[in-house]
Amino acid sequence: MTAARAWNGPELVCPAGTPAGLRTAVDAGAHSVYCGFRDETNARNFPGLNFDRAELREGVAYAHQKGVKVLVALNTFMRAGEVDIWKRGVDDAVEAGADALILADVALVAYARKAHPKQRLHLSVQAAAATPEAIAFYRDRFGVARVVLPRVLTVEEIARLTANAAPCETEVFVFGGLCVMAEGRCMLSSYATGKSPNMTGVCSPPSHVTYREEGDALIASVGGFTVERFERDEPAGYPTLCKGRFQANGAVSHLFEDPVSLNAVELLPRLVDIGVTAFKIEGRQRGRAYVAAVVRAFRRAIDSMAAGGKVDVEELRTLTEGQRDTTGAYKKAWR
Amino acid sequence: MRGTIPLVLSRAASVLPLLPLELVSRRLLANAMAARPSFAARLGEHAGRTFAIDPLDCPFAFLITPGGDGVHVRVVRDLSEAAYDARIAAPLIVLCGMIDGTYDGDALFFSRDLRIEGDTGAVLALRNAIENAELDPSSVLGLPKPVHRPFNRATEFLFGQLRRALHAPEPSGGKAYLP
Amino acid sequence: MSEARMALTLGPVLFHWPVKDFVDFYARVADEAPVDRVCLGTVVCSKRQPFRDEIILDTADRLQRGGKDVVYSTLALPTNKREIRAIGEMVEAGFQIEANDIATVHLLDGRPHVVGPFLNIYNEDTLALHRSLGATRVCLPPELPLASIRILATGDDAVEVFAFGRAPLALSARCYHARADGVSKDSCHFVCERDADGLNVLTTDGTPIFAVNGVQTLGFVVTAATREVADLKQAGVASLRLSPHSCDMVKVATVFRDLADAHITADEANDLLAVLSLPGPLSDGYLRGLPGARLLDEVD
Repeated sequence: MTAARAWNGPELVCPAGTPAGLRTAVDAGAHSVYCGFRDETNARNFPGLNFDRAELREGVAYAHQKGVKVLVALNTFMRAGEVDIWKRGVDDAVEAGADALILADVALVAYARKAHPKQRLHLSVQAAAATPEAIAFYRDRFGVARVVLPRVLTVEEIARLTANAAPCETEVFVFGGLCVMAEGRCMLSSYATGKSPNMTGVCSPPSHVTYREEGDALIASVGGFTVERFERDEPAGYPTLCKGRFQANGAVSHLFEDPVSLNAVELLPRLVDIGVTAFKIEGRQRGRAYVAAVVRAFRRAIDSMAAGGKVDVEELRTLTEGQRDTTGAYKKAWR
Repeated sequence: MRGTIPLVLSRAASVLPLLPLELVSRRLLANAMAARPSFAARLGEHAGRTFAIDPLDCPFAFLITPGGDGVHVRVVRDLSEAAYDARIAAPLIVLCGMIDGTYDGDALFFSRDLRIEGDTGAVLALRNAIENAELDPSSVLGLPKPVHRPFNRATEFLFGQLRRALHAPEPSGGKAYLP
Repeated sequence: MSEARMALTLGPVLFHWPVKDFVDFYARVADEAPVDRVCLGTVVCSKRQPFRDEIILDTADRLQRGGKDVVYSTLALPTNKREIRAIGEMVEAGFQIEANDIATVHLLDGRPHVVGPFLNIYNEDTLALHRSLGATRVCLPPELPLASIRILATGDDAVEVFAFGRAPLALSARCYHARADGVSKDSCHFVCERDADGLNVLTTDGTPIFAVNGVQTLGFVVTAATREVADLKQAGVASLRLSPHSCDMVKVATVFRDLADAHITADEANDLLAVLSLPGPLSDGYLRGLPGARLLDEVD
């Protein structure tokens, strides 16, 4: 990183789905941005998204010039017989000047540590490190400097983990899509489509998503399974399997999770108190307008907290998917 | 749907010949592609797909094949006989707003102001490529650089007026190309 | 290419069977099932553990007298101090542990152990790393295709493949059994005891898709690697894991034993399995590199 960061408060970590998205996030006030290569080495491997090698180098230059860090996600699990794809990704990200690599496969962490002893390594949420012992495994053996915590934890658990993880830092999701299963260990998608976030970097991939109009209603299917039905005046959504409507015990419901998204803005002061280093906004696959609005709002909230002011909760409400938000598992009643 | 041109105007437009529209569209699209050379690369395997862009309130639709050897654009009166891989349908002003970043494609889809059909992966690839292209009216029209700023501001103002007149959805957020 | 005898492992019972059913089940297994190794323990929910702990040592004893090797399976998603402490105590007591979470691997600190199908071991480097940490047998994640398994088993003699049972797909902090019943995890009244093979989940148009078992989600279909056993054996896979369901597991084990020894064909094996009271149709989608829901012989 070329410019020193004067800010000592929580780091706002923002999604950069494309080069234009990176510049948008940087300009909107991100302290750091995260992105991936255009292949299966990261868990947002959507068509048309992500960076080639040259774009990453340019993105890093742009971000560094504005004092913003770039974190490169290589957080899927290496495929048997093709581990070189991921290792080359690690090498190229380091060469491009990445401030940190976000990894999940323990063997890739081992490789990165060995090949690039000085490179800062973060542990992806895909590694599902949900206990002090799991974090210690990566911290003590490989010198991982920060761990992104799973979204299925309560604030109390986050506090305990943050205290135990030190000197390893913790990063917590505060806004965007909500994963209700232990991340990196979910095969719902590959059951229906043959493609999973772990191996291919996609969940409920668009290649297997179909929308069909039935009268005024919109039916969304994944891998041939009907997952959701949006009536005439209902907002539509992306049919992620775990957010769908299913039948069990004779009743139809959003069995796994309601189609809400995470908005933990009201918990920010509490998270700062317990020592969380970084707040992560989910959404590399979202548009620039969305990212700009969310990043600006969170940056305002963080700056306001630093100045001793209050956090404005209302402005983010309209941006959440399906127009309903939740503090997710952070409050225990979710379980 | 929100933002629809009044029926009397779209009926009037149906007598217009299509060829000039096709020529203009081809030019605009070539300009857009030139403004962002990585567009086709970003589309990847979807570059050779055919997208039907369907302004629901106009008596015509566009069939666009972005990749391969140059951009192919055809304008047709209706899509019933056409072959395409994916269809994106919305009132004209909404489609224009998607191209220049006024609207976020996701938000429009969620609010049911935009319809998609067919190859969802191809639509996503196109949307991501357009997002990254940061198109603005001046580049698409192929205007000289010095007039970009004032022209974009003026267009932004006019489009804003038009959106209000047609009761189109509210813009999703800031545009990257406006300072 | 190894032509050694392929062993059979009976995985831990994932479901909350009543204690009596457990005891009867393992008594039969001890006496009649042609399995080499049996996994005991609570993998899905620690609330179930007290019920099991009562009988686990006696059960282990019974199995060992029946010539079975016993392994203690641990939680797949331990979250609190109490759960970690319980695992730590088992490690300290010197039991042969099956690790299902990286926290357990950390607690084992190099001691020999086995790894269950809940750790992300998808490639040869990660397999080698776990072996270097003390894993003496590694059960691969059910979503791995045969092509990957071949690469892993060729370089290593400690690979186990999930060959029978509903594939575990995901774990959550939220209990879906409780949620489907309108209660919370904390006051669940153990409603999961009702469903010996998991609670079936269908799409809104009635197509079966998943099954929930407490915090766990499984596939509706029943994995059966009958058509792949010969290939797996040739690739050098050390053992097959059979995950217990309420059907006659002694018969299931016998079918796989005969198949592994080439006494019966895959077709014969499928016929024998089909008459058992299975909770879903047979599938080998994952092994064929297809969606896990694909049935045997179903094309994509």
